[in-house]
Amino acid sequence: MISVKINHKTVKTTPEKTILEVLRKEGIDIPTLCHMQGFPPTGSCRMCVVEVKDFPGLVPSCSYPVRAGMEIQTHSNRVLEARRTILELLLATHPDDCLYCGKKEDCYLLELSSRMNVDRRPYRAVKKEMKRDIASNSIIRDNAKCILCGKCVRICEEVQQVGAIDFVNRGADTCVASAFEDSINLSTCIGCGQCIMVCPTGALQEKSYLNEVMEALNNPAKTVVVQNAPAVSVTIAQELDLDSQVEPQAVLTGILKKMGFDYVFETGFSADLTIMEESSELIERLQQGGKLPMFTSCSPGWVDYVEKFHPELRDYLSSCKSPQQMLGSLVKTFWAESQKINHDDIFHVAIMPCTAKKSEAERSDLLTGGNKDIDAVLTTREFLKLIKLHGIEVEKIESSPADTLLGKHSSAGKLFAASGGVMEAALRTAHYLITGKNMEEPEISTLRNLREHKETELKVGNYDLKVAVVYGLGAANKLLEEIKRGEEKYDFVEVMTCPGGCVGGGGQPFGADQEKIRERMEALYKIDSRQKVRFSHENESIKNIYAEFLGKPLGKKSHELLHVRRTNQ
Amino acid sequence: MSLLSQFRCCDKCSHTLKNPCRDRIFCMAGKTSCHDDSSCRQLRQENLKVIRNETGEDKVIYIGYGTCGLGAGAEETRQQIEKWLAHNNQEDYKLIKVGCVGLCSSEPLVDIQLPGKERLSFANVQAEEVAGLLDNVFSGVISKAKVLGSFPNENLEPWEKVDNFFTQAFFAGQKRLVLENCGIVDPMSVDSYIARGGYQALSKVLNSSTQEELCDEIDASGLRGRGGGGFPTGRKWKFAYAESSRQKYIICNADEGDPGAFMDRAIIEGDPHRVLEGLLIAAYAIGASDGYIYIRSEYPLAIHRLEKAIKEARVHGLLGSNILNSQINIEIKLKKGAGAFVCGEETALMHSIEGKRGMPRPRPPYPAVRGLFNQPTLINNVETLATVPWIVARGAESFRKLGTENSKGTKIFALSGDINRAGLVEVEMGTSMRSIVETIGGGVSCGRKYKAAQIGGPSGGCIPAKFIDTSIDYESLKKVGAMMGSGGLVIMDDKKCMVDIAKYFMEFIRRESCGKCIPCREGTRRVLQILKMITGEENEDESLNNPLERMQAIVSLRKLARVIKDTSLCGLGQTAANPVISTLEYFRDEYEEHIFERKCSTGVCSALVEYHIDADKCTGCTLCARECPAGAIKGARKAPHYIVNSQCIKCGVCLEVCRFEAVNLRTGEK
Amino acid sequence: MIEKEKFAVVKNKYKNAGPDALIPLLQDIQGELGYLSREAITEVSKGLKLSESKIYGVASFYNQFKFNPPGKYHIQICRGTACHIKGSKTILEHLERELKIAPDQTTKDGLFSLEVVSCVGACSLAPVIVVNNKFHADVDKKKIKKIIKKIRKEELE
Repeated sequence: MISVKINHKTVKTTPEKTILEVLRKEGIDIPTLCHMQGFPPTGSCRMCVVEVKDFPGLVPSCSYPVRAGMEIQTHSNRVLEARRTILELLLATHPDDCLYCGKKEDCYLLELSSRMNVDRRPYRAVKKEMKRDIASNSIIRDNAKCILCGKCVRICEEVQQVGAIDFVNRGADTCVASAFEDSINLSTCIGCGQCIMVCPTGALQEKSYLNEVMEALNNPAKTVVVQNAPAVSVTIAQELDLDSQVEPQAVLTGILKKMGFDYVFETGFSADLTIMEESSELIERLQQGGKLPMFTSCSPGWVDYVEKFHPELRDYLSSCKSPQQMLGSLVKTFWAESQKINHDDIFHVAIMPCTAKKSEAERSDLLTGGNKDIDAVLTTREFLKLIKLHGIEVEKIESSPADTLLGKHSSAGKLFAASGGVMEAALRTAHYLITGKNMEEPEISTLRNLREHKETELKVGNYDLKVAVVYGLGAANKLLEEIKRGEEKYDFVEVMTCPGGCVGGGGQPFGADQEKIRERMEALYKIDSRQKVRFSHENESIKNIYAEFLGKPLGKKSHELLHVRRTNQ
Repeated sequence: MSLLSQFRCCDKCSHTLKNPCRDRIFCMAGKTSCHDDSSCRQLRQENLKVIRNETGEDKVIYIGYGTCGLGAGAEETRQQIEKWLAHNNQEDYKLIKVGCVGLCSSEPLVDIQLPGKERLSFANVQAEEVAGLLDNVFSGVISKAKVLGSFPNENLEPWEKVDNFFTQAFFAGQKRLVLENCGIVDPMSVDSYIARGGYQALSKVLNSSTQEELCDEIDASGLRGRGGGGFPTGRKWKFAYAESSRQKYIICNADEGDPGAFMDRAIIEGDPHRVLEGLLIAAYAIGASDGYIYIRSEYPLAIHRLEKAIKEARVHGLLGSNILNSQINIEIKLKKGAGAFVCGEETALMHSIEGKRGMPRPRPPYPAVRGLFNQPTLINNVETLATVPWIVARGAESFRKLGTENSKGTKIFALSGDINRAGLVEVEMGTSMRSIVETIGGGVSCGRKYKAAQIGGPSGGCIPAKFIDTSIDYESLKKVGAMMGSGGLVIMDDKKCMVDIAKYFMEFIRRESCGKCIPCREGTRRVLQILKMITGEENEDESLNNPLERMQAIVSLRKLARVIKDTSLCGLGQTAANPVISTLEYFRDEYEEHIFERKCSTGVCSALVEYHIDADKCTGCTLCARECPAGAIKGARKAPHYIVNSQCIKCGVCLEVCRFEAVNLRTGEK
Repeated sequence: MIEKEKFAVVKNKYKNAGPDALIPLLQDIQGELGYLSREAITEVSKGLKLSESKIYGVASFYNQFKFNPPGKYHIQICRGTACHIKGSKTILEHLERELKIAPDQTTKDGLFSLEVVSCVGACSLAPVIVVNNKFHADVDKKKIKKIIKKIRKEELE
């Protein structure tokens, strides 16, 4: 232990910590723009500077290690003047369009200017003018609002290993861009939206489809169908502070009905369907010597990543469409026929924790007869805005069941939202399909944590299955390289693009830390433990749709509607 | 062709690259060696005379062939010399291209050594003058106007009535340790370096010093980093030495980016082996097996000579594995910069070598702990390393005798600007600014008055006339708000506007800031904006164009300067505002004149200046009207002309071409 | 196609190179092609296993790298301190007028391109311009005019 003085008070701490870590532990909040928990500091924003006795200049607390005997001042005049000046310098060229900025409620720059009491313009300069990059179906980039903190670059490169963007040019001309400053849809961007999650300003936002959805809702000629992903309900419950006793999905359905959606379905249903198809596909590959390991295909960022970075592995991906797209194609075929609605008159909205889903819905190999199966994808964030827009008082919402036919889901389908969930659900059904019996203990605890790489082995009938679960494309890439080098052998691998799986998706509300993500996971496990139907193959709706329409898993209809022949995008 | 690499005095001499010998360098230099018999030693002495062109029969012409020489026309001069030699059947003359001796403003320099006679040096030998000069010299006629002096040599016969080259005013006030070979020896020949004592320092440490002793020696010498920071070199070495790591790196920083500085280029062009020797000694001291020389790609000639030097050193077994049978292995690679001033900063430089954007990172960890490829790394500047062999060879004590209390040894400056003798000068620490300007530099050019010297480039400050007696040492310069810097020394006469100089440096920083940290990236832009507002250049915001805003801007300027200094990530940013602070301190009246009177007395700030034609003097010759690129000058032939101010772009052509002094400048009269 | 061949030679030199070879590799390519083409960056990306944005990010950081073909005569004008006080700004303005291009642009006929450089380290010769690596010392408007005229004349012949 060493002791230091912080604002004249002696504090004991251990060496090897940065000054910032010590200060935060002491409950002193120091503003930072470029700091990222768990990453080596870059020291670029200088917002975290503190005064240390006998140091000639101010000291960046994020990168400087604490030393015995340091006398630190965190809010001296010199420090405050420096921080405020830095902020004022940023504001000098930052566009003044906060009123019209999609980030106004979550903008850290705006928060800082309020916290630091910025009330005049000491430095006047021409506002940055840069072309907005709107070509991607997932992400809108507005470089004029970029303060060059570099967090997006680091997430993209160091966590996802996608490297779609980097700093380009130098000095005052520096900006974040892809090669040749092309639009990011021409880059290796996979649309995961993790960059949006770390952006402190409105420089990175999702491509919004709120207007399209509102228009459809107000168009009497349209039958507006909505589905929502399993992650959305638990997140909404957390964000809206719902009573833990109520079933969040039921409240959500109530909200959607109130908004005027004609039919509300749950992506959990098509997740069950995915499990039926995917576990059958796994068994087929096991029995017929198909390509192993089989990779899950429900995370569109991951699918895009494989296609862009490891194209030779494309056929290792399961041919199953994602649950969003499965439901999309069923709604406009099976369901439309049964309801006698022309598929052109259906407007299908998907509410997802994800920005990559927006691009997925536009994929050419996922069109049916040239038409999109999903007409608009909203993120959880957009959905929260939609609630406000409709002036809905959540406490007064009555719970409502989802619409039947494509409505019911097992808790296995619900688990899709958490990393490891698809694997768990698939193994439950695979076990049944192989042995004819349900697993005695359906919970696979080794897959239920926030580690980025999990694996387990289990015996199913005559098969000794070895499976792995990873999230984050950096971790996925590591695994792929190991598999390619032959160091590891698996039968089935689940990959989720985002931290913790969909609950940590790029379309989720801002400010999600590990704790929040863990909470969402726990909520899912709680639902699973409470539910009666915990196996996809026991879901009555699933049984019905196979009986009435699809026939059997991997059958002709399934191949037509639920599987994809991937083409180069 | 290296004479020495082939050299064997007798059969006892068995040195090969595979079987190196520790005394090789001393042996070749004619000192004691393994078998010390007189006939061998005599053989070696004679060999040295051949290399040094001291046999008494040598016919040599030296030509100043550094970048400055070439810019002044050395190549054309060389071609003429060859032509003359061929034409006059003197093809047996050796033509040796040397680096810059320091007298850049007298380039192209041509030295002629007739058989048995001392070497004579001639200034400003343009191609068309070659034939006349050679005709004269070969017939024993020495032009007083052209000759600079002769190089004294006890083995050769002196010229009558020709002074010693080194007694002329430019050299007399200098103390040349690092530059001792520059412009004198053939930089492309390792032999000539060895023949003048080169690589003996390296041999000495490999033979007889431990790493600790070597670090102590450098520490004791008082040498401080010559790249700008002035950090004690010995301490830096000790930090790197203290790290226990199997892989350590040594880097020579030759990314000389300060505008107005060319010391490192000249050292490398003139004496590349000295740098290499210093680098090898430093590598040995800290235990580094791999080294890099990071050099600006803007210096192709220096790169070429270094490449050759590295190759030749390898031929002699002076780098590579088992150097001089010491079991020490050191590899040196050359890395070319790609044009970024900020790469002179240590951490940015390392990022650049690693193939990344040259952006600095926070310290600690310091490079000595975690540097290049995350290994302990020592980075020294060219001049620092080039000083090392001298210290090792002569001992720390000899070095300590030079200089002041806290600044030991010598410092090289690149003297340029409004000065009569521009060039490279090496002076003892403690020399006064006045003696550099007035004695060595020969005073301000065109008979004008000294206004200020800008020292230390964009990180430095200016020294106004009232401080011209300031002693050149780290502390004294700091006291007057300047800094030693890397050695750029630009003299300015009274026709220079100091607000413009401050603006110039901010423009430089705006161009060269890496853009990583906010205070440097955004702050320097705002400082520049304020300076542009003061000098009346197009302003980003027209509403700011009034005296009150301009006055407030000065207040912001001081605050900005303070915050930029206090919070910037690297040295570039921390010192970025220095030129502004310094000019504001010493030339406040000039700022005020710009702000309140909208006047630039020197006429430099063109936005505050108007051109006028004096109708009484104008003859209506139409020359100015024809030359005016903007068509702003009107008037009939043989009638007085006038300038339409709204069209005038203030290029100054009219003033330049007018033969009747009819065009004049007005400022502050609005 | 010639471009491809030149490129293959360079690529061969950097077989199995690590990411620290990026800058020398780009320097060599530019040495061959005169600039960095899109294709070159794509190839380097494959060769060194670095993302294109990373390579572009590195290349665009350094003054040396160009993304458009330079003029046949590349004119660099030094804006070092000594050159500045000796009037290099006026020289630059004059060049801009004479060639009708701004810095970092190339004339329509592809003959000239202009670049502002921070300091070429030839301060005693100030003001300096460098045309295709040849230094011209102590230039003024007249000398500039002469240099350009000479080049244009030679090109016509």
